[in-house]
Amino acid sequence: MRTAGDLVARMQFTQKMRISEAKAYVANKLKVSAQDLSDVAVMREVREELGFGVVLGIPGDPKGMEAKARIAEVLDIRINCVERLKRRGRA
Amino acid sequence: MSTYKVRAGDGRFISMTADEIRRDLIEGSEDAADRGGIPPLEENEIDRLLDLFLDQAGVVGVQIGNQVVSTQDGGDHRINADAGSCGLALAIGRIQELHLHERAFGQDTIELGHIDYSYKAVRPIVAQEQSYVEHALLTTTSPLMYGAMPNLGLYYAPDGPYANPSDLLPAGKVKEALAAQEEASLHAQRDIVYVGTRLADSGLDAMNLDTSGSAGDADFLASLNAAEELKAKRPDLGIEMGMASEFVLGMHGRLSYKGERLAGMYPHDQVRMAEAAGVDVFGPVVNTNTRRSTPWNVARAVCFVKACVQAANIPIHANVGMGVGGIPVLDTPSLDAVSRASVAMVEIARVDGL
Repeated sequence: MRTAGDLVARMQFTQKMRISEAKAYVANKLKVSAQDLSDVAVMREVREELGFGVVLGIPGDPKGMEAKARIAEVLDIRINCVERLKRRGRA
Repeated sequence: MSTYKVRAGDGRFISMTADEIRRDLIEGSEDAADRGGIPPLEENEIDRLLDLFLDQAGVVGVQIGNQVVSTQDGGDHRINADAGSCGLALAIGRIQELHLHERAFGQDTIELGHIDYSYKAVRPIVAQEQSYVEHALLTTTSPLMYGAMPNLGLYYAPDGPYANPSDLLPAGKVKEALAAQEEASLHAQRDIVYVGTRLADSGLDAMNLDTSGSAGDADFLASLNAAEELKAKRPDLGIEMGMASEFVLGMHGRLSYKGERLAGMYPHDQVRMAEAAGVDVFGPVVNTNTRRSTPWNVARAVCFVKACVQAANIPIHANVGMGVGGIPVLDTPSLDAVSRASVAMVEIARVDGL
């Protein structure tokens, strides 16, 4: 969560992407370069802007389920617990 | 002649000359090549490894931008379990432990696991584990995995319902020993699928089938069949398969998967079986020889894993930790050894993660 490792990992586990492909995919979705993905200075801002959650405790910053819902939407992937919330979150 | 500090396989510092280090690198690579029927490391790769070990910095690293994903196994043990699980025995809750891993330790995936880290033990208490998974998913951001071992040994007497092959074989009861392993393998498969299905219902991101093959080919087969069945039932559930050794021991000897005999397989063949089963991420293991140097062990491990990466179509996360991936067998692993093995795996074996 300091940079983009969790995001790249999600592409590996959900789409079986190899490291270069996963980095390229995430970089394209985040509109940054693949090099930027491992840059804490860049990714701190990107994660805050996109609501992906950051390691520091910032009041009001998306955390947990909120952050994962944003990650799923931007990366265009299914995250199981987010899907579960969508199913169960309706009255 | 100058000497350099390197670790022995048991973690002690030893002194070696550059020529001795190069010799060990070549011999480690050739050992893997000979056993696995794979190409040895190329000269430029040996040169790079030599550079890593002649560099006497306490920690080495990859080039900026070449970082790979860092996953973990062992669940939440390393904080709240005792030293028997290489843990710190700190009185911290399981959910807080996950938070520490994702926010303080920089892990890219986090893993929950029961203290009795085997699927046989988890099955009867899976409801408790579901509750922890559901609570954890609410407040964690990184992909959450659940880990446990197939651990076929638990299915044999005195711990399990099947006769023990280790007792049957010396008594000459070969047919009975084979049958016991086949039945235990099916039982383990049922337990893994049951646990995986329930945790998938709770919203889990991925399962970790840890130390697959630890009890031989029947153990490996249980993992493969369980992965295939889980993927058919719950395609939304990610599966990581981590091995126990570079070699699948033929305790049974006649078991096959997709028409290929499992006994005797090395990582470059193990990964093809895992892919055929639908596994998403594969974690090869190469065990450390404590009587050899870390250069020998790292070169050997990198040679095996490089062949595995080249044979794979799925991400490869090499196991690099105490006693595996070239790391010395010491429960407080040294950063000098861990960082060198990690750099070697990224730059030479071209892994997708560690």
